[in-house]
Amino acid sequence: MSTEIKDSFPSTPRVMADGSAGSGHANFGRLLAAEWTKLRTVRSTFWSFAVLIVVTVGLTALFMAITAATWNNTANRNGNARTDLLADPARTILTSGLGFGQLAICVLGVMVATNEYSTGMVRSTLLASPHRLRTLAAKAITFAVPVFILGEIIGFACFAIGTAILKSHVTVSLSGPHVLRSVIGVGLYLGMLGLFSLAIGQIIRHTAGAITATIAMVIVIDPLAGLLPDSWGAHVAGYLPNNAGVLLMDPTPTGSNVLSAWEGYAVFGIWVAVLFAIASWMLVARDA
Amino acid sequence: MIDAKGLTKRYGSQLAVDHAYFTVGAGRVTGFLGPNGAGKSTTMRMILGLDRPTAGSVTINGVRYSQLASPLREVGALLDAKAVHGGRSAYNHLSVLAKTNGIPKRRIAEVIGMVGLDSVAGRRSGGFSLGMGQRLGIAAALLGDPGVLMFDEPVNGLDPEGILWIRNLMKSLAAQGRAVFVSSHLMSEMALTADHLVVIGRGKILADEPTARFIERNSTSHVRVRSPQMGELAPRLAAEGWEVRQQPDYSVHVVGADPARIGDVAGQNGLWLHELTLVQSSLEEAFMRLTADSVEYHSTNAQGAAADPLGLPGVPQNVPAWGRPGSEDPE
Repeated sequence: MSTEIKDSFPSTPRVMADGSAGSGHANFGRLLAAEWTKLRTVRSTFWSFAVLIVVTVGLTALFMAITAATWNNTANRNGNARTDLLADPARTILTSGLGFGQLAICVLGVMVATNEYSTGMVRSTLLASPHRLRTLAAKAITFAVPVFILGEIIGFACFAIGTAILKSHVTVSLSGPHVLRSVIGVGLYLGMLGLFSLAIGQIIRHTAGAITATIAMVIVIDPLAGLLPDSWGAHVAGYLPNNAGVLLMDPTPTGSNVLSAWEGYAVFGIWVAVLFAIASWMLVARDA
Repeated sequence: MIDAKGLTKRYGSQLAVDHAYFTVGAGRVTGFLGPNGAGKSTTMRMILGLDRPTAGSVTINGVRYSQLASPLREVGALLDAKAVHGGRSAYNHLSVLAKTNGIPKRRIAEVIGMVGLDSVAGRRSGGFSLGMGQRLGIAAALLGDPGVLMFDEPVNGLDPEGILWIRNLMKSLAAQGRAVFVSSHLMSEMALTADHLVVIGRGKILADEPTARFIERNSTSHVRVRSPQMGELAPRLAAEGWEVRQQPDYSVHVVGADPARIGDVAGQNGLWLHELTLVQSSLEEAFMRLTADSVEYHSTNAQGAAADPLGLPGVPQNVPAWGRPGSEDPE
């Protein structure tokens, strides 16, 4: 903050600092590196991932421990939990804590997109890389891949902890039918959920609105679809993004599902693809 | 070099930028001057590809911004000091931008040193003062060592020291052969920094010429003369071909003469002078008169000024046409 700073202005015209300019082309690899730097240099990323891990793994352990502790106490509410667990042990273990922990990914996914707008960073981003769609693609990949990897770790951790806690009551192993797919499905589901949230954030641009919309799509719409008459409810509900997506984590789907596991995941993927198409179109059409 | 051809931006029925033609050349500071709301920022955002022009085009070194392969190496821009994520450190912010364009790491330290942020580079930029934020924005603009630099109202809100620093920076960048394009609503500021002026009012380009020429054309001056023998002096001054205007306070305003020549005339005729003063109307006044009609939001006082006939030499012909219904869109 002193006037002598001006003496350090470069005094001669120069090309690139080191003369070895290289191409400097803002190619896709460089965009990935830049987006990855963005993701890891803000605190919200660390905190959201921490919440995801602690809540998902912690609640899974807690719920399983409670169920195990009250196993023979059929009179209390946990009788339901026991019935669920016996019917579909892997699904219960994998999704009981995840239902809460996944909200961290919804919030982070939205914020990865909306932060650009709320802070004004988007102007710096687009000046450095005016190719908007490439930038969005790089952002989506650098977010989804770490979430997927983290999701796999969480999936296996929950499965290991849950089966260990419940081993005297239920036997479920990775070699059981579709169990390994269901555990791997945790990472696939979370990665897709991250993309789903990011796309909504990119469309809405405002953090609060986009988080509300995302959580509404993930949690609130399902019971509303149940209010529809006859088989309508089941069919509409079955195609909702979240309901379709979670099928992948369910090794023994019950008869009420209208979609198979991979069909469900494909439907979730189509939702995400449509949202990204809208987000891309708006990103290009709107002034930044 | 920046080259705008018929650049137009319309928001609904509002024409923010109206068929702007101008160029920004290398090796000089080009001031982009206009009142608030005249369309300066919109024009700059269109140059940088952030806003899409409704019509017309603008190129940088012959290429549209979105087609630049490595934009930070060709154009550096400071739009506002708040184009950063406040939770990210200054160093990391620059690192993100550098990575996008494959700019080597040591250049980051170099620009941080240039703007004097060494001691706070590791701190989160959210806690920066306006001046520090401005320096970070300038560091980002200089990162790719670009030949074209753009600054949108860079001295806004800065202390005198910061203002001086930015002035010197812009001049030294131009002296290095770069094209420097800087917007301001302050004529006085531009008179100090800019070699060339592009003047904009209500989206229309009013002038595109060297600063010296703009000043010459738009500032008026006269010499105030008092003499106990005005009855004899005035006709002799008029005989020299100068315009002599009698004032209510018994002084005389002589237009088109310089004080020394008037003194000579008086001396040659043995006449006394009590006052001989060169009165120069300020450039700020000239600028306000030029843009008076084009100020979008003005106080009632300024409205009075707007009603005043311009009568300025060299004011572009299209000026009196503003405000006429339908005059906004020539088509």
